[in-house]
Amino acid sequence: MDEPATPLPLDALHRELGARMVTFAGYAMPIQYGGIIAEHVWTRASAGLFDVSHMGQLTLASDADIALETVLPGDITGLREGSLRYSMLLNATGGILDDLMVTRRANDLYLVVNGATKFADIAHLATNGLAVSHREDLALLALQGPKAVNALDRLIPGIASLSFMRAGGFEFAGVPLWVSRSGYTGEDGFEISVPADIVEVLGRALLGQPEVKPVGLGARDSLRLEAGLPLYGHDLTPEITPIEANLAFAISKRRKAEGGFPGAGIILDQLLNGAARKRVGLRIDGRQPVREGASVVVDGASVGQVTSGGFGPALGAPIAMAYVPSKLAADGVQLQIEVRGKLLGATVVSMPFLPKSYVRQGAIR
Amino acid sequence: MTLYFTTDHEWVAVEGSAGTVGVTDYAQGQLGDVVFVEVPAAGTTVTKGIAAAVVESVKAASDVYTPVSGTVTEANAALEAEPALVNTAPETGGWFFKLTLSDPAELDALMDETAYKTFVASL
Repeated sequence: MDEPATPLPLDALHRELGARMVTFAGYAMPIQYGGIIAEHVWTRASAGLFDVSHMGQLTLASDADIALETVLPGDITGLREGSLRYSMLLNATGGILDDLMVTRRANDLYLVVNGATKFADIAHLATNGLAVSHREDLALLALQGPKAVNALDRLIPGIASLSFMRAGGFEFAGVPLWVSRSGYTGEDGFEISVPADIVEVLGRALLGQPEVKPVGLGARDSLRLEAGLPLYGHDLTPEITPIEANLAFAISKRRKAEGGFPGAGIILDQLLNGAARKRVGLRIDGRQPVREGASVVVDGASVGQVTSGGFGPALGAPIAMAYVPSKLAADGVQLQIEVRGKLLGATVVSMPFLPKSYVRQGAIR
Repeated sequence: MTLYFTTDHEWVAVEGSAGTVGVTDYAQGQLGDVVFVEVPAAGTTVTKGIAAAVVESVKAASDVYTPVSGTVTEANAALEAEPALVNTAPETGGWFFKLTLSDPAELDALMDETAYKTFVASL
């Protein structure tokens, strides 16, 4: 028998909103409210509220930065207070154990890790001498979309001054919150770490704003796919390196020079000489989606695999991510995808499939 | 014309030995937004209980079983341009295929509309 799904702090609100609930990472989570396409399109046009409380929120001592650099390839010692860095926990062969966000705060380092991997991550960090505090007292909301800033600034005045990949402490109803300008949709938006006992008050206040509607995991997946953002456990695994995953940007400059992270030999060699395979974006001919696990075919031979695939609601077309030999990873290369014995045409395209609309520091709006 | 239903939420409308197959309103609600439908071409032999069509929603692909065996006489071409007909008109314009029944006795094992409504209410 399956383990019963653990409810999240907003469980009652999701059910009240008519969500269809599914089990994900061991939690009962909303997959959709009104429908995935409507929620997706709303998020791209206005603002969607996502409950991502299944994700792991961890804190480490400020001086754990040096030890943290032994398990990931990001520059953490050089990370400024209030800044986020995207990074990955790596194994000895450079494979990805998880992807995560690291933020330096005044008194600690704050990590957000994937829900399905959080307990393994905590064990892995402990094995590497890092004492982790798992903040299960906190919930996590994401407010994403071009109008997220309008809605949130009304409830938390001053939030509009945060720029992309920056974070800070704010207050709502007299309670301290930690808010970052970041997300997983390719849109401008915020991620809000909030004490679990007031998350429902904040959730209802956000849903009371005219710009905001609740959005489930289904649209979260289609939004991140259109944004070209990889999903751990699908596009990223312990068998895939950051270079193969086309995430070389996450190997910080100083770390490239110094090494000292797991799998550095392999990863730095791939940086210099290229990796044998690469994650690419695919536009699929016609309207039929291709799914994870489908073979990429060239001249009748399987040369790779789709790791994420679906329909891009804002594009109105099927799109996918796949791993292919690097010589086939250039924009415009024509491939075929096998779906139920049929071969569909596909073209390698650069990602994101849709332009991102982040609010970067110093940008003119 | 008589309507029959399966526990897998397909319907078949039968007139003599001719049938029209689709999925129910309950099924389309469970599937979510349909973005592509793969239906069997005219001339295809389909067998009761075996996947005959595939519905692709934003999230996933789902098999559609044929409630009765037979030979397909027409696939619904309208679904190619407008797969969302499965959501908006599942029991009318969103039909999947028409067929000639090869074993009308198979209908005896299916539910009528009242029995199907009771079945859905029990889910």
